Amino acid sequence: MALTSQDIERVANLARLELRPDETDRVLGQLNGFFALVAQMDAVNTEGIEPLAHPAAVLGQVALRLRDDIVSEPNQREESQKSAPAVERGLFLVPKVIE
Amino acid sequence: MSQQLSPVNSFAQMQAGRPTGPLVQGYEVIIGFETHTQLTTQSKIFSRASTAFGAEPNTQASAVDFALPGALPVMNKGAVQRAIEFGLAVNAHIAESSVFARKNYFYPDLPKGYQISQFEIPVVQGGVVEFFLPSTPSTSSGQAGSGQAALEKKSVRLVRAHLEEDAGKSLHEDFIGQSGIDLNRAGTPLLEIVTEPDMRSSAEAVAYAKELHKIVTWIGICDGNMQEGSFRCDANVSVRKPGEALGTRREIKNLNSFKFMQQAIDYEVRWQIGQIEDGHAIQQATVLFDPDTGETRSMRTKEDAADYRYFPDPDLPPLMIGRDWVEKTRSDMTKLPREMANEFVEQYGLSESDASTMTQNHATAVYFIAASNESGLPKLVCNWMMGELSRKLNAADTTFAYSQVRPSHIANLVKRIADGTISNNAAKQVFDAIWNVEGHSVDEIIERLGLKQMSDSSELDKIIDEVLAANAKNVEEVRAGNTKAMNALVGQAMKATKGKANPAQVNEMLKKKLG
Amino acid sequence: MSRTDLHDLSVAQLAAQLAAREVSSVEVTQHFLNRIQQHDGLGAFLATDADVSLAQARAADARLALGERAPLLGVPLAHKDIFVTRDFPTTAGSKMLAHYRSPFDATVVRQLGAQGAGMVSLGKLNCDEFAMGSGNDNSAYQPVHNPWDTTRVPGGSSGGTAAAVAARLVPAATGSDTGGSIRQPASLTGITGIKPTYGRCSRYGMVAFASSLDQAGPMARSALDCALLLSAMAGPDLDRDSTSLDLPALNYATDLIAADAGGSGSAPLKGLRIGLPTQFFGAGCSADVLQAVRGALAEFEKLGATLVDVSLPLTELSIPVYYVIAPAEASSNLSRFDGVRYGHRAANYGDLTDMYKKSRSEGFGDEVTRRIMIGTYVLSHGYYDAYYLKAQKIRRLIAEDFQKAFAQCDIIAGPVSPTVAWKIGEKSDDPVASYLADIYTLSSSLAGLPGMSVPAGFGAHGMPVGLQLIGNYFKEAQLLGTAHQFQLATDWHTHRPPGF
Repeated sequence: MALTSQDIERVANLARLELRPDETDRVLGQLNGFFALVAQMDAVNTEGIEPLAHPAAVLGQVALRLRDDIVSEPNQREESQKSAPAVERGLFLVPKVIE
Repeated sequence: MSQQLSPVNSFAQMQAGRPTGPLVQGYEVIIGFETHTQLTTQSKIFSRASTAFGAEPNTQASAVDFALPGALPVMNKGAVQRAIEFGLAVNAHIAESSVFARKNYFYPDLPKGYQISQFEIPVVQGGVVEFFLPSTPSTSSGQAGSGQAALEKKSVRLVRAHLEEDAGKSLHEDFIGQSGIDLNRAGTPLLEIVTEPDMRSSAEAVAYAKELHKIVTWIGICDGNMQEGSFRCDANVSVRKPGEALGTRREIKNLNSFKFMQQAIDYEVRWQIGQIEDGHAIQQATVLFDPDTGETRSMRTKEDAADYRYFPDPDLPPLMIGRDWVEKTRSDMTKLPREMANEFVEQYGLSESDASTMTQNHATAVYFIAASNESGLPKLVCNWMMGELSRKLNAADTTFAYSQVRPSHIANLVKRIADGTISNNAAKQVFDAIWNVEGHSVDEIIERLGLKQMSDSSELDKIIDEVLAANAKNVEEVRAGNTKAMNALVGQAMKATKGKANPAQVNEMLKKKLG
Repeated sequence: MSRTDLHDLSVAQLAAQLAAREVSSVEVTQHFLNRIQQHDGLGAFLATDADVSLAQARAADARLALGERAPLLGVPLAHKDIFVTRDFPTTAGSKMLAHYRSPFDATVVRQLGAQGAGMVSLGKLNCDEFAMGSGNDNSAYQPVHNPWDTTRVPGGSSGGTAAAVAARLVPAATGSDTGGSIRQPASLTGITGIKPTYGRCSRYGMVAFASSLDQAGPMARSALDCALLLSAMAGPDLDRDSTSLDLPALNYATDLIAADAGGSGSAPLKGLRIGLPTQFFGAGCSADVLQAVRGALAEFEKLGATLVDVSLPLTELSIPVYYVIAPAEASSNLSRFDGVRYGHRAANYGDLTDMYKKSRSEGFGDEVTRRIMIGTYVLSHGYYDAYYLKAQKIRRLIAEDFQKAFAQCDIIAGPVSPTVAWKIGEKSDDPVASYLADIYTLSSSLAGLPGMSVPAGFGAHGMPVGLQLIGNYFKEAQLLGTAHQFQLATDWHTHRPPGF
């Protein structure tokens, strides 16, 4: 199914990306070329097949490891905010969030 | 789990046999709840930073919570343990295998740009919350209650409860045109509890919320502190004329106090009805309740907010919970409030309503059991706990757990009332003395304050004779049928005994003497 | 031995000389730092810091002076800029992370550094932006040049690593492989590299591209050197990475000598069955590559191995499957780059949404933008089942195909890349064409299997050709052992690019 420029706009918005008008056309063309390739997947019968979310699951059930409920991370604000674009009184500053 | 508009048939089937609630202006009110409960773990759900409330901004956040490049989630066993406990408390199914999924959206308090939650396969499935609601009276004439209001048992079915992480906080004061982001709260474990749309009135909804609050605090998985955001409710509300298609629902977010909860839902219901009556269709929306105005208002809609692009989180394999873990938890669990309340009714003879009050939280129940077992007088204990003791505790802003009046004090107090040693009035004095830490034991205080009721009949006999002699005029009036005069005699007798006589006994003796 | 030959020594040899105190770590480190500067034009390095490296070298020398001995102590290496490091900035090849300084080290970095094996870090290596690319021409900073022909690409996304190792600017280095990003550049630059089984090495501290595919691995000039590094890199990281496998690390170097291939003496690979997928040897592969590959396979036969035909019918489908799954996961992993807590924030913006859009669009290059778009689309409402879910189902079938093939053979072999290295700029306009060139490496990535590239000869334009070896789960030792025997019997891996 071919993508339209509305699709591009919608997806770009979802991903918080901004495409220039000339870029939109180019991306549209490239994505349509890509999805023609992806259409090949339709040829494979996957009836009754479980998706493989974790590669190791091929060998057997993988289970989530659980750690003990212990606090071991200290205050690391200073180091972590070293690369922050805008910080004031320990808070990350962003344009006002309107609810 | 979002619920789409469903055809009347399937909703009707789902709701078959459920009683409808009181109609509002002829409309049926349908309410479902989503409650986010912060779990009482020490560390966060996917990081080892602390969950303690009130720290300086961003001082309780690790690389995982800051979503630094290369950070990865590692699951906290304590969060899973609490989910299992909740599932057992509401008779739900605990999934043997459940999956964490990413809910993708952009917001500054969501550092990864996605929230790790559960989507298709949650850890707790089904379940039910039961509680009592005063029956709606058929007439609303202010009939003074002559005892207990009739109670209707309600049961609200749960769809699911799932684990997820909390977001950080945005602070708006002090910053002009900007917001400050604090990620201390980001990553705190949440259990999101979702109901079927089973509730039919705002009163029922609040009662459900209170019962849920009781359950989660009772079993200790959540501290229930609503001001700190530990227990946050969203209400999905719709209205319809009975028999018609299900109405479009609007979601009232972040109802953080029981007081405003009912007010908010009532306003929303009236608003929706008003809209429909005016010929406007209800648009699906998320609304906030403003306690200052008492109104709900639509939030600024986030575009494409609904397309969360859920997919299983590749950083987290499936959560496996073996049946032996579930069974061990079941055997270790404290008895639940509803169970205990039933026991209080059966074993101690309390009314359902009183049993409910005695199981409002774990500390109350423990107190009640201790005092009742020691005294053998559960009903009296209950009265004192609900009466004097509660009054004092509330005024002092403290609870049964921290009361200086201990269960054994109450036990002894009610024993002395029951065996006639002291009158009710005297008992109040004893109680006050213990409360004010002016004595150690009930008997010691009774003795010291000379509160023993007069039990010696011969002495009382003598005093009554003296009173009769001194009040000849009243005696004549009593014989003439004047009850007020009789009261006056009783009063005189009581005065003469310095209040130590048993008023009932005085009355009886006077009557005998006067013929 | 003259000091100028230091860069010709293998990791094993350098380690031995350091242990014998014949040379100091400071000397070795300085030597390589000079070479790095001398060959700056290759574009291989994004960050160096002589003070930091020499301080690490001095610390290693101190330990050696005290008599401490360890297989890699004092030997220099460098890290692909996809691994976060405290001592150097981390950019992941992107403007989005220009000047970013991580407060923590990746586990793999820690394991190889002073707290682990004691290697000395020479800096950070260039790569395709966020590891997305096959030519290292998607780096936001500068393209990397193939030392064999500087007008050609070194491959990607670990192009900086491959070029630096091939040009002997560093004896060994770390790379990462999501769809072939270790194997393919190794093949195009004539060096050896291995992508271990998924979960073998910790992903903690690797800037995430596709979480269910990313793996760290060593790149060096021999299987033995790779084995030395892998021994330190592999192992469970249970406290930090939930996908890390709870299997103890092995000493691959000692295992190497006793590779479980059966046979000995003149036929060390006797009993080893090498499976050749018919789909890997078809018309899609250029003749020069096939010739070199077949030549290498003939050597394996001489060493006693048997060649058998196997089939991997879903080979072509691995392309759309990979390019649905990887971008989907990437689109989510890259959402954290929003200009709020670190990374690039636009200088001018209006409201919050505008800040996000401008920061991200300015910070990300074209290929990354494209893949985020693809990923967002295939996960979006209405498309999830047809694309993402479908791809994950075919992924299971691909993994099952491999198991069927491994019933008939021990190791699967074939080309890594359909062609030798192409000219820089040649493929930039057609992203789909470059996706198609990943055909031989994607399927093993999807299945999570370990894979190697081993220099096997030369093809068109005198450019190197690599032979791919794919093993079953956890068979890194077998792969390395097999490659090692091949390298004992041949000398492709010893060829050096002229001028280096």
